Parts: sequence; structure tokens; C-alpha cells
Amino acid sequence: MADLRNNFVGIKSPNPFWLASAPPTDKAYNVERAFKAGWGGVVWKTLGLDPHIVNVNGPRYGAIWGADRRLLGLNNIELITDRPLDINLREIKEVKRKWPDRALVTSLMVPCEEPCWQEILKQVEDTGSDGVELNFGCPHGMSERGMGAAVGQVPEYIEMVARWAKSHTRMPVIVKLTPNITDVRYPARAARQGGADAVSLINTISSIISVDLDSFSPEPSIDGKGSHGGYCGPAVKPIALNMVAEIARDAETAGLPISGIGGVTTWRDAAEFLALGAGNVQVCTAAMTYGFKIVEDMIEGLSNWMDQAGHADLDSVIGRAVPNVTDWQYLNLNYVAKARIDQDSCIKCGRCHIACEDTSHQAITNMVDGARHFEVIDAECVGCNLCVSVCPVENCITMEQVPAGETDTRTGETVSPDYGNWTMHPNNPMAAAE
Amino acid sequence: MAKPQTIDGIAAQRLPADQYAENFADAHPPLDGHEALVEADRCYFCYDAPCVTACPTSIDIPKFIRQISTGNLNGSAKTIFDQNILGGMCARVCPTETLCEQACVREAAEGKPVKIGLLQRHATDGAMRDNRQFYERAAPTGKKIAVVGGGPAGLACAHRLAMYGHDVVVLESQPKAGGLNEYGIAAYKTTDDFAQAEIDYVTAIGGIEIRHQQALGATVTLDGLCEDYDAVFLGIGLGGVNRLGLAGEDAPGIADATRYIAALRQADDLASLPVGRRVLVIGGGMTAIDIAAQTKLLGAEEVTIAYRRGREDMNASALEQQQAANKGVVIRHWVQPKTIKTDADGVSAVTLEYTENRDGRLVSTGDEITLQVDQLFRAIGQQLDDNLGDDEALASLTMEKGRIRINGTGQTSLSGVWAGGDCATGGDDLTVTAVAEGRDAAEAMHTALA
Repeated sequence: MADLRNNFVGIKSPNPFWLASAPPTDKAYNVERAFKAGWGGVVWKTLGLDPHIVNVNGPRYGAIWGADRRLLGLNNIELITDRPLDINLREIKEVKRKWPDRALVTSLMVPCEEPCWQEILKQVEDTGSDGVELNFGCPHGMSERGMGAAVGQVPEYIEMVARWAKSHTRMPVIVKLTPNITDVRYPARAARQGGADAVSLINTISSIISVDLDSFSPEPSIDGKGSHGGYCGPAVKPIALNMVAEIARDAETAGLPISGIGGVTTWRDAAEFLALGAGNVQVCTAAMTYGFKIVEDMIEGLSNWMDQAGHADLDSVIGRAVPNVTDWQYLNLNYVAKARIDQDSCIKCGRCHIACEDTSHQAITNMVDGARHFEVIDAECVGCNLCVSVCPVENCITMEQVPAGETDTRTGETVSPDYGNWTMHPNNPMAAAE
Repeated sequence: MAKPQTIDGIAAQRLPADQYAENFADAHPPLDGHEALVEADRCYFCYDAPCVTACPTSIDIPKFIRQISTGNLNGSAKTIFDQNILGGMCARVCPTETLCEQACVREAAEGKPVKIGLLQRHATDGAMRDNRQFYERAAPTGKKIAVVGGGPAGLACAHRLAMYGHDVVVLESQPKAGGLNEYGIAAYKTTDDFAQAEIDYVTAIGGIEIRHQQALGATVTLDGLCEDYDAVFLGIGLGGVNRLGLAGEDAPGIADATRYIAALRQADDLASLPVGRRVLVIGGGMTAIDIAAQTKLLGAEEVTIAYRRGREDMNASALEQQQAANKGVVIRHWVQPKTIKTDADGVSAVTLEYTENRDGRLVSTGDEITLQVDQLFRAIGQQLDDNLGDDEALASLTMEKGRIRINGTGQTSLSGVWAGGDCATGGDDLTVTAVAEGRDAAEAMHTALA
């Protein structure tokens, strides 16, 4: 059995699956249910100073669905906890005492004034909380008050607040980053600069999920008006993966622990985050969609995969894909692939043909000798993978590498065995200048 | 007291009164909105989709299904009606398992085609319920066209002609139009008087006058029609029924399946229909299946279909055979009737002889089996009514295998006369084919009249 025990900046949990700071972790009742279900840890929903904030009294969520109303993306306009600070602190203390083996991190968001942070950190420390997460990510409601993403979008503020936090607590400090920026490496560098022990990302993405075409109000609609919310769920995973990878492979933040967040729904998603450098993952939308029970398969699935793949513990997985993330200019231009359609599994829907014919390279037949037949024309195929992406049958179309020494019938050139990238390419004016 | 089902002979009210409604309820209940969305999402939106090729009316199936999935239900209905104005009925009665759904790539992939028929019904039901009309008549052309027969071919022809601005008179031999939709299709396939609702929907375009109880050979002649109208379309179906050619065939208890089905379709009270305790049906097509299934549902204790060839030779699809079997119908293959035994009440037994295929010829094996029979139905095919009159025009029509010969556009051998549906060559005895032929003939007539 693979060892799933997680040690994230000294915070230990029996598995790497934490619940993110969000509605599922707003109070002791939910958190205890999560721990009973098997979650390794939680980040308690963000605390603020009293008087506590209020939420809207209408819909807080909007959604995008796939086939059969499978929830693909969720958007919310909920704010940080709307319960008094002392109640949350009391519950955190009780829960941590009852569940000593689970990770309990407290998320915080207070104004950008040092005394505010000093005061709340002291109170959190008294609860026995394992660490704090600074919420610099929330894109709605709080950012307009100079908190949340308003801090996360300014590296200098991140560094400043992180430094305050580190100077006023012995607890590990995790800085939660917003994706609503142009280059996530800058806020991550600022967090490290300020002494943060780790970063967690991504928080939600600023979004309008839909517009009601009868009332012309954005959704979720509050009395005929809507405001932007934070987007999350399976749809945001690719954005999160990229941002995690960007930080993991940045020389200035190399080795900075990352808690991966963004659309984690299955053990497979989690493994991908780990491979790209996350030390653990945080989950929210999947739990809000299916309930806490999903953690059972997250644990078993990850464990079974690790056993099969021969990975003994999480450290054997974490960061394994990072060396393989590179910039486009370093991709090997001498790697040549062609699509291959397995005629036995082809169901003749023709989607590969029309996608290629209408929008790409006219490299797939639809008729051969008068019969409906879909076949790749190597002399036209650029190996783009669009056909694979649109084919409804798994593994029906595969990309096959053209071995070195053979001729690429599209270019008429012999495939080179050597590595050659854009920086060396004769068409690159920069290369020519060198 | 004997149970009503076991009373010998032919009797009404064999079932408890409330059983009839249950037995004749919609065989394939419509999808609700969510079911339709889930099913629509299964469509792959194939390129040059095989289902479209398989549809005799060439409905753009991927398009109408996509329109369901995007919530454009009216657009979806119009996509269907553009090709098939009787798309509502076809959604109910088409043997989709041998047409679009057989061709569906998901049938090849997983043996579970997209439920195209039910999706078509979902789209068309919505538009018809709201009486959403998609077509307007073109400016009047002043041309007058006679459509003989108000069945699927005639109605499709009439609608398309009316669209082009022609004035259409439909001459219908029966008290109601609809043809087999009204008098032939199994009751549980088209519930709630759908055939008449559809006629109202189709004729709402205007320019179509239906004259009832006007029959070729009885009240009108083809000679007269050719004289009075600018063009004529014959969609008269097959009014005659093939006979078994056996002694005793006219005895009480022996009837044409089509006639009984027509009576069933028109019955106000199904319990009042007399049905035999032991029913024997001779034939292997859809009519045989429909009479067998429906007499079983009316309370016959034993219903047997006797077909002289094998299962795969039957015109009724495998699915239809299976559904009849599920209702309790016994299908005997490789048997044909040899003698009919009668008593004072009528038919009492039928002796069947076993058959086999010997060098491509059907021959008797010499073995026999005798079944007790209270009611015997002929369902071995139809032919043109032989009372269509003996005028010159009719006599000049070239016939082929007992049907009116037409070319690819529905033109008969007689100038100014088109034909389509079951009465003409080229069809395959399907509602949907009749619709396609009526529509295409209308296009050709419009071109010819321009």
C-alpha cells in the first residue's frame, strides 16, 4: 500500500486531500462530517474582524453544465464567513482538539493594517490551529473593500502582509493566490520574499457565468442585478495546473511548497497537481457537488494508482512532471507525428473528417472507393491532434511518431534523429541574428 | 362461471372494463424535457450522417437533435417539417429500428442508437401543441390540383402544393382523412386521435379542401379529374385484400385484418369489439403483427401468427415481432394454411401444413398441424382496389406488379397524373416513404405547372 501521509510545511495529515476554505468548512458541523468521511485536512472558511460581514439573501451560485446536467463550472458571490469571530474561533479549537491527526488551517482576511493581523493571528494561535492561510484571492465583495484579490494583485502588499504574518505568529503561513493577474510568478515571488512558508492556488476566477435572456440580468440574479463572481470547478483545472507549474519551475520560487487548488474532482486530478509540483491539494466544488463521500475514491484511487505505478509515497510523485514543462521554443521540432485511425474501432461518425476538412488541414478522407471511410492522408496531416480531440471513441485515433530516418510525406523531408528547436531554426530571426 | 377470456367463439367484453385503456395506452410514451436533453446530448452530430441517408424523407436529423439540445425547439420542429410535414406521425410509426436508428453510429458503437424517433416526437409535439405554423402560402397560382386519397402521400403532396400557392382539393373515400394513419396503424402507436390533429395541423396552411366520401370509381372518375383539374395526384393506397384461396374462406369468423383494424381504430368503446377466444392470423407483415397484437390486447386467449417462411423473411421487423411476442402472441414460422374447417357458427379449426425452402422454392414438407380457431384473419398483403372505375384515363395507366408505375418524380405514364404511396411502384409500404413520394410528386407537379 502506498503511503499517502502528507507533510505540508510541517502540517501533517493522513492523506493529501484537504477541503479548501469555502462553505464546506464554515462551521464545526460540516468540518466534523468531512473528517468522519475521511478528509485529511481542512482550511477553515476565511475569518474576518467583527462586525462580521453579511451575505446576499438570494442566490449565491450560478453554474455551467455539460451533458445530463453534469456540473462543469460553478460561480459564486458568497463572501467570507458571516458568523461572529468568537464562535468560529471556539469551534476551531474544539474541532482541532477532537481531531488531532487531521490538518486544520485557518484562512484569514483582515484589512491591510499590521495591528489587525497581529490581533487575529494571536487569537487563531490560541485555537491550536495548525497554520494560517492568508486569503489574497477572493475576487468579489471583499476586494472592493481593499482585501482579498485587491491585495493579491499587488505583489508589494503580498510581501508586506506575509511579513507581518510571519513576524506575529509561529504558525506556518500559506499565502493563497488569485489567478486574476497576468503572471502568477510575481505574487508567488512576493510571498516567498515576505517569508511565507507556502502558497496555495488558485482562488476563483472573476466571472459572469451566464445572463438570463428574459430579464437580461447576469446570474446569479439578485433582484434583477448580478455582479461578477468567482469561477471554480472542473472547468478551471487547466488554468490552475498551468499556474502551479509556472511557480514550480520558476527559479525564484523553486522549492516553495504549493497547495494545489482548482477543479480537483478525482484522484487523477490530484495526481496531476502533485506531479506539477503541488505538495497537496484542496478541494471544494467536487465536495459541494457530490458531498464528502467522494474522498473515499480519491484516497483509494490515488493509492491504487501509486501501487500500480510503483510510487511508494507522495514525495515520489510530487514534482515529477515539472522538468517536462518547458517553453514552446524548446519543443523538439524534429518530432513528427501522424494521426492513425483504427478502422476496427471507428464508428464512422465523420467528426474527424469534418473537423479537419472545415477547420484544419484537409487530411482525413470521408469516402474511399465510393464507401464511407475515414483515413488519414499522411501527406496533409500536420499531426495536430484535433481529430483525436473530437473523436467520440477512446483510442480510436492515436498519434504515431514517424521514426527518424523516414520521410515525412507532408514536407518531403527525412525525419531527423536530432533534437532541434525554434531557437536553432533558420526561420527564427533571433537565431539568425546570433 | 367461465372467465370471459375462455368463452368459446367470438365475444365482446373479454376483459375487465378498465383493462382496455391500459392495454391500448401509448406504446412509446413521449420523453419529458430533461429526458430529451439527455438523449439529444448523445447525438454525435455526425458528418454526412448515416441516419439522414437512411431516412426516406432525408430529415436533417443531427441538426434537429442539436436544436433540441440548444433549447431551440421550434427550430427543431421546422427542420423536421421542412422535409416531412407528417413528421409527428412518422415519429410514432416509423420502424426506426430498421431506418435511422439502425444507421445511427451509436448502434454500431454500443448497440444503443440515439432515440431519434422519440426525439422527433418531442420536437414535433411541442410545435403542434402550440399550433406553431412554419409555412405560408405563396401567391395564388390559379392552378387547381386534385389529390385523390387523403393518406400520408396525399396529405404530404397537398401541403407542398398549397405552399406553392396552388389550390388543392383532396378527394377522400372515407368519412375521415388520414388513410392508414387513421384506419390502419395500431391504436397504441397513435393515441389521442393524433391522426386527425395532424390533418388539422397540415391543412392549417390553407388552400386545401378535403371532400369526404369521394372515391375513384364511385363518385369521381380519373377522366373527369383530368378534365376539371390542372393536375392529379393519386394516393389511393391499396384498398383490396389478397385472399387465401381456400374453401370455406367466406365462413363467419373469417375477415380481412385491415377491415378489423379499421373498425378497432374507429371504435368508441374497445370493449364492444367482438374478438375470438383463439385467433389465427395468416401473414408476416406489419398488418399481421398489428392484428395479432391488438386482438391479444382485446382479450383473445390465444393468438397465433402463421407465416409460411422464416423469421428473417418477415416484413415486420425483429423488434415488432418481439414486441408482439411480449404481448403473448405466438409466431409460428414455416407453416401455411391448407384447409379451413367450419361448423354451424363459422370457422372452427384450421389445418396448417409445414413448409420448407427447397432450392429456392417453398414446398410442403407433408407434415401438418390443426389448430382450433374461433377467428381467422387474412393479412397476406393488399392490392389495388379493383373498383376504381373503367374510364379511359385509368385504363391507360401503365401498371407494374399490380401497382401504378411511376418514375423517380412520381409521374405516371399519363401526362398530368402523378402517383405515390402504396398504390404506386417504388414504395416500400411505409408511411414515411409515402410522405416522401407525395412531397416529391408535388415538387414535380409544381415544376410542370410553372
